[in-house]
Amino acid sequence: MATTDVLGARIKRREDPRFITGGGNYLDDIKLPGMTHAVVLRSPYAHARIRSIDTSAARTMPGVLAVYAGQDLAGVNALPCAWAAGGVQNNLNTPRVLAIDTVRWTGDGVAMVVAETREQAVDAAEAISVDYEPLPAVVDAEKATAPGAPQLHENAPNNVCMHWTVGDAEGTARAIESAEIVVRQRIVNQRLIPNPMETRGAIGRWDPGTDEYTIWMTSQAPHVMRLLIAAFVLGVPEHKIRCISPDVGGGFGSKIFLYADMVLTAWASKQLGGRPVKFVETRRENYLATTHGRDHITDLEVAGTKDGTITALRVRTKANLGAYLSTIAPGIPTTLYGRLLSGVYAIPNIYCEVDGIYTNTAMVDAYRGAGRPEATYVVERAVDLFAREAGLDPAEVRRRNFIPPDAFPYQPAVLIGQAGYGLPYDSGNYRPALERALEMAGYTNLAAAKAEARARGKYLGAGISSYIEICGVAPSKWIGLPGEGWGAGLWESANIRMHLTGKVVVTTGSQNHGQGHETTMAQIVAAELGVPFEDVLVEHSDTQGTPFGYGTYGSRSAAVGGVAAQKAALKIKEKARRLAAHMLEASPDDVVFEAGRFYVKGSPDKVKTVQEVALAASVGYDLPEGMEPFLDETAYYDPPNCTFPFGTHVAIVEVDEETGAVDLVRYVGVDDVGRKINPMIVDGQLHGGIVQGVGQALWEGAVYGDDGQLLSGSMLDYALPRASWLPTFELDETVTPSPVNPLGVKGAGEAGTIGSAAAVVNAVVDALSPFGIRHLDMPLSAPKVWRAIHASEVQS
Amino acid sequence: MIPAAFAYDRPTTVDQAVGLLAAHPGAAKVIAGGQSLLPLLKLRLARAERLIDIGRLSELKGVRRTAEGGVSIGALTTYDELGRDPLITTYGLMADVLPQIGDVQVRNRGTIGGAVAHADPASDMPAVLLALEAELVARSIRGVRTIPMRGFLRGPFVTAIEPDEILTEIRIPAPSGAYGSAYRAIEQPASGYAIAGAAVVVGRSGGGSGPLDRCAVALTGVGEMPYRAAAVEAAFLGAAGPAAAAAHATDGVTVGSDIHADRAYRAAVAAVEVRRALEAAIARAG
Ligand SMILES: Cc1cc2nc3c(=O)[nH]c(=O)nc-3n(C[C@H](O)[C@H](O)[C@H](O)COP(=O)(O)OP(=O)(O)OC[C@H]3O[C@@H](n4cnc5c(N)ncnc54)[C@H](O)[C@@H]3O)c2cc1C
Repeated sequence: MATTDVLGARIKRREDPRFITGGGNYLDDIKLPGMTHAVVLRSPYAHARIRSIDTSAARTMPGVLAVYAGQDLAGVNALPCAWAAGGVQNNLNTPRVLAIDTVRWTGDGVAMVVAETREQAVDAAEAISVDYEPLPAVVDAEKATAPGAPQLHENAPNNVCMHWTVGDAEGTARAIESAEIVVRQRIVNQRLIPNPMETRGAIGRWDPGTDEYTIWMTSQAPHVMRLLIAAFVLGVPEHKIRCISPDVGGGFGSKIFLYADMVLTAWASKQLGGRPVKFVETRRENYLATTHGRDHITDLEVAGTKDGTITALRVRTKANLGAYLSTIAPGIPTTLYGRLLSGVYAIPNIYCEVDGIYTNTAMVDAYRGAGRPEATYVVERAVDLFAREAGLDPAEVRRRNFIPPDAFPYQPAVLIGQAGYGLPYDSGNYRPALERALEMAGYTNLAAAKAEARARGKYLGAGISSYIEICGVAPSKWIGLPGEGWGAGLWESANIRMHLTGKVVVTTGSQNHGQGHETTMAQIVAAELGVPFEDVLVEHSDTQGTPFGYGTYGSRSAAVGGVAAQKAALKIKEKARRLAAHMLEASPDDVVFEAGRFYVKGSPDKVKTVQEVALAASVGYDLPEGMEPFLDETAYYDPPNCTFPFGTHVAIVEVDEETGAVDLVRYVGVDDVGRKINPMIVDGQLHGGIVQGVGQALWEGAVYGDDGQLLSGSMLDYALPRASWLPTFELDETVTPSPVNPLGVKGAGEAGTIGSAAAVVNAVVDALSPFGIRHLDMPLSAPKVWRAIHASEVQS
Repeated sequence: MIPAAFAYDRPTTVDQAVGLLAAHPGAAKVIAGGQSLLPLLKLRLARAERLIDIGRLSELKGVRRTAEGGVSIGALTTYDELGRDPLITTYGLMADVLPQIGDVQVRNRGTIGGAVAHADPASDMPAVLLALEAELVARSIRGVRTIPMRGFLRGPFVTAIEPDEILTEIRIPAPSGAYGSAYRAIEQPASGYAIAGAAVVVGRSGGGSGPLDRCAVALTGVGEMPYRAAAVEAAFLGAAGPAAAAAHATDGVTVGSDIHADRAYRAAVAAVEVRRALEAAIARAG
């Protein structure tokens, strides 16, 4: 492949051979000399006072090295919340590494055993006896704020963590009062449980010789973990901690956060004189104690004119945050949710209120899309509800309300931060994606398709979702301003070293856990430097040896991390050009670069390849006056804006009236993610993302009993999508390069999930319209659909 | 997910296996494919002091035609082996059910004997064997006995097998005359187990084009254990059509309810699946 073609090529992911042949190095593959094994004993109660903990029997069991309870770690600070909701009071409550006195969700850690083997640790954990005094529990965000509800935290009356608003309350109220059409609907965005293939874990090792800690972790953001552990939890300075994410088997957001075991294993290693301590959660613990996602109860009001113009959207949401705040929990249902409520539409009046609520459940934090799928679901359900009420085709209502292509950059009022700093939608042209998706789906023949399905005893429906998302988070100035609550930056970094042989090593602050960075980052750098793709190695995820980076989430690694890599390559190239000029005995201004070769303008036959220049830089004995040896450059990139990918998805479903079973028969997606570095990887991200949204729409859902027991606590009861339940996805694209960054990329990691849930629900509701059904809450399980059909008076 | 410690034996003959069971009364448990027992042990929802691994007892493997024209299935035969055996897949309901059970790994390891002995109230194979009027053969040091499938299930996860017995064989009698059979189920999406599954065998004892005068209908997933739906069978033989007969699917049964499906839904889809299975079986009976 010509090196110039490498950007945008469908190259197979270079990391895959090792992943699929067992050659990966995941956390549980790591075996260190003298390694011990930790098991955490978790509360079986959702809410209880701990009267006493008796660890004496466990301590004497074979192989047991230590048993720790919460009191033993009283000197270790609670985990921090790094993103409070912006501009409002947050009644912050964060978890301790092990609970002291009170447990607040089933899964709260109460003790930890460290033993020579994992088997011994499990046996000993069983032998710990905890005397609990059960307390009343509440698991539902609405019930938690009702009078007389059990109270979780003294500083959070009525279990309210925060009350956050965005938009124009008065203008929206006026628009709704005077509107020709107003539709009100309560919608629930149910709680989901992330299921990465690899469960979470950590290995802590304290080195008695240097008093330094190394923590291996299944983390999407090892640099941030080091920062948080150092600055907030252990009180150990940052340079004494090294965090390493080895190969990480998926995360979907749940591995962004700081978890107790990262701290516990490091702390325990020191207690044990430096023996490494490994903790790997079971799948059961993944369900119980790793963060969950979504869980909103929303009342929406959408208003407009009879001819289909939407004039106002008002949204009141109760966001269930769980028993404590996970690392960035309050930011998800606020900044990443309320600020996206304009969707792809020019809605003049928007107002949103969010209450963040504590309940006796696992912590809720970012899950693929993080606030943006929730927002898209609200907007896209609202558009369909409105179209139905107005008696208009939902496609037509979308056309009428799209932000027109000449309005970019477009600044929705809700995206103006609390400190007045706005993020305009960078670029977009929404209608072509809609029209293409409708054409592919055969939307104009829908009536015939419905009739044909009826003849087979099925009800067919089509659902549209025209989504937008905020990617490439985020300009540090915007996100870091006090008003947005984040209190840090969100830039990215990369370092490039070009070795004597011309081989290139890129280290990135981004973290790869399934996105293919080792391939795409190499494509960016190979294209920029004009070297073969095979000559570029990408290293990441070790705080020792990679520049600081904020990690991978929010579809930011290409649009922020990728641009940092490109920027570092440009710096390399610039230095190489000056050296090439010296070698060619020309002025740097006269030297041009093309496909890995430098030459003097007008004499393209006398060249110095970039590899020859790297050799000269490395040996370094003949350099221009003042030039340092070696090609080694680091770049930091802070994006001037976020990016805003968009697209339209169309789902076609068939419903079996007798059983309520929903069959997704076709799925069409037209996505605009800007320029693509590797279209095959983009397809993969879209496919996986779509499946996750379809999973939410049709099958997935966490179920807690009223007593706080997690009833959907395993794969036997929590339905993950299976390939055989899904049709072949029919994907196409429009390409509107982002003007925000020189690569023109927008981001693709979450788009599928953000678009798909609403498309599927809209389709099922369309299929059920003959029964007079206008809304059903996810998951649209067969029993739920059956009940709705058979409860409706209007029989077809 | 680590089981509590247990002792482990791997006998090489059935005699050794039943001897070990007798030698450790109440303390030993048989393990076959492990697809049900191992998850329970790993979650520590079940414990065993001693596991007797019968997985290598080749005498318990395989399918053969009996002298009477029926089929004999070794208890250790896996779903996968059954699904590839023409003696088995000639039964329409077997061809329906086998590819639906679990996934490839489960079908490669899970045995028919384990499925029946485990007696999960939503498991497919017990309903299939009820409809086929199968007989089970159990062996202990006390001897060999035959237990009709009807009467074998005693409750959720409870069967007529004694603690010292091993299930060795499942016998399906020769069908008389022309017959057709089918299995239809609606699955709980997470586990794949039936919310309601219906196994149906209909036949003409006279063969040819006579009336359908035989009908066996069994359901799983619906009540506290798989059962024969006598009211459906009676209505069908009394010349009710499939829909009218299927309406009796849950007569006299306490229909279960859980987070996946409430009582009303289960009862409704039980009738739907019975009707669909009846229709398919009738069509196959020709
Ligand atoms: C992921 C998954 C999906 C599944 N999906 C389905 C499904 O869709 N439908 C369905 O019906 N089932 C399903 N199953 C259950 C599966 O069918 C059973 O687990 C399997 O058939 C049991 O056989 P086994 O050989 O693995 O038994 P084991 O797990 O080894 O044993 C199960 C029980 O039977 C006893 N036992 C086993 N063999 C004998 C014997 N010969 N004599 C006496 N006692 C014995 C054991 O002591 C134990 O109590 C699923 C299981 C899994 C793990």
